[in-house]
Amino acid sequence: METTLSLAQVITNINHDFWPLFPELFLLSAASILLMIDVFSVDMDRKLSYNLAQFILLVTGIIIVFQFPTSQDFLYHRHFIHDPLSATLKISMVVLTSIALMFARPYILQRRILRGEYYLLHLFSLLGMMLLVSGSSLLSLYLGLELMSLCLYALVAMNRRDKLSAEAAVKYFVMGAIASGFILYGISFVYGVTGQIHLADIAAFLNDNEASLTLRFALVFIVTGLAFKFGAVPFQMWVPDVYHGAPTSTTVFLASAPKVAAFGLAIRILVFGFAGVLVDWQNLLIILAVSSMLVGNLVALAQTNIKRLLAYSAIAHIGYFLLGLIAGNTQGYAASLFYILTYAITALGGFGCLIYMAKGRQEVDRIDDLKGLGQRNPWAGLLVSFLFLSMAGLPPFVGFWAKLEVIKAVLNVDGLIWLALVAAFMSIIGLFYYLKVVKVIFFDKAEVETRIRAERSLRLGLGITSIAVIALGLFPTQLLEFCQKAFQYI
Amino acid sequence: MSLTHYLVVSAILFSISVIGIVINRKNVITLLMCIELMLLAVNTNFIAFSRYLDDATGQIFVFFILTVAAAEAAIGLAILVVLFRTHRNIDVADLKGLKG
Repeated sequence: METTLSLAQVITNINHDFWPLFPELFLLSAASILLMIDVFSVDMDRKLSYNLAQFILLVTGIIIVFQFPTSQDFLYHRHFIHDPLSATLKISMVVLTSIALMFARPYILQRRILRGEYYLLHLFSLLGMMLLVSGSSLLSLYLGLELMSLCLYALVAMNRRDKLSAEAAVKYFVMGAIASGFILYGISFVYGVTGQIHLADIAAFLNDNEASLTLRFALVFIVTGLAFKFGAVPFQMWVPDVYHGAPTSTTVFLASAPKVAAFGLAIRILVFGFAGVLVDWQNLLIILAVSSMLVGNLVALAQTNIKRLLAYSAIAHIGYFLLGLIAGNTQGYAASLFYILTYAITALGGFGCLIYMAKGRQEVDRIDDLKGLGQRNPWAGLLVSFLFLSMAGLPPFVGFWAKLEVIKAVLNVDGLIWLALVAAFMSIIGLFYYLKVVKVIFFDKAEVETRIRAERSLRLGLGITSIAVIALGLFPTQLLEFCQKAFQYI
Repeated sequence: MSLTHYLVVSAILFSISVIGIVINRKNVITLLMCIELMLLAVNTNFIAFSRYLDDATGQIFVFFILTVAAAEAAIGLAILVVLFRTHRNIDVADLKGLKG
């Protein structure tokens, strides 16, 4: 009879290869060291913390590229999956976080939210996202999701003296917690029916057995929770409030990397776990997608606040993005990944331009604040309008290819042609409010004539995002192939 | 007591928490309590299933949920303190600065 294991046996039992987990391990230890350095730092501007945070991101990115997997492995008692998809998502999230920090630095320098924790919360949130996209059991997915969300709640509340920021934080916290509660309630029923928490085991169970009513019930809860996290209609009410109330530098981050992570979560649960009940979640997603496209685009038309306009446009974009998942095949998933990546880059630049325009402590809130940007700084005006035109989905910008790919993916599925038509029609409506912003930038007279003097990191961030939008628009094939390769093991 | 009894109890707890969040117009602390209740309903579910299936995984999952719930409560209360400092009260009805 085996009784208790001695310590030596336990240690020999740990014969794992930690190389696949190395990016996360490095990020965790480096961020913890940075936390200590920051505590003892006397530098009031926190320049050291910022530079170290960027350095940590760079090294993490290099490690991920260096160990880019060529196969699909389930590791650490199958709680962790190491495949091209997770590596692709991780690289893009590291890049997005790094650019978000570039935008955040000048913003928080001018306000009184200058603390090292700001950068650290980004890093820990990124750690949560990285664990999330390579989770292969419901437990590891849940823990990654919570680590990501908890850091984001704190980031939204970071501007402690601002009423709106506190209000946004409460709303975000409550909604996020409800979403987690719904996902967990669904997970508990999945566990009860299948007796498993590993995605692969759940998929195997669904292969052998007919899905019971309880399992479908659980799936509804999980999809609802996912929709909350994505901000899809009818669970979108927090999105405009949080995007508006949060410090703009946090909104920049919130609108980009977590969306990519949420995509990873959806793919892992729906495709890796619940591919057997594809028809069930397909119908749920169709409702979410159509209502998101409708509500997002139509409400955005009425907005005068630029942050809320971008928030509603984010809701509409989630609708388009869901089309790829609805298609339910590898081509569709790749199109969705392509969509979410390009959207994240564009949203980063779109919110970043608000930081670029802000002078001193003043915020850019109204669309009218963008007036005459084209006169005051023609280059910045051009780059910003690239971003908005890309969101509108005009060629030759990358947003066009993204929309084309998801619509193509839906067209290939029988009986969903109407969905493609809805998407195309709604993007024409969307064109109206994006072009309104471009019109304000170029054809309305500026209220102040002064030239905009922005920090170097802001110019760099804006430059990178807009040039990425146009370069990827001219050469979309590489990124598309990259996205397709990520799904070769499904 | 069969499995169904436990599931019904947890479903009731879950409903109470959701309804509490929706109809509560008074106090943000009540919202936090409802969120805790929601997680506890999930825990009841997990424990019941774990006992029914005779499998320890569910109980281990509960430990993780409890830990996360503690962290979540800490962050929630911290945000509440920020809210009180800026608004001078914690009424849900006063959260109307963000509209449109």
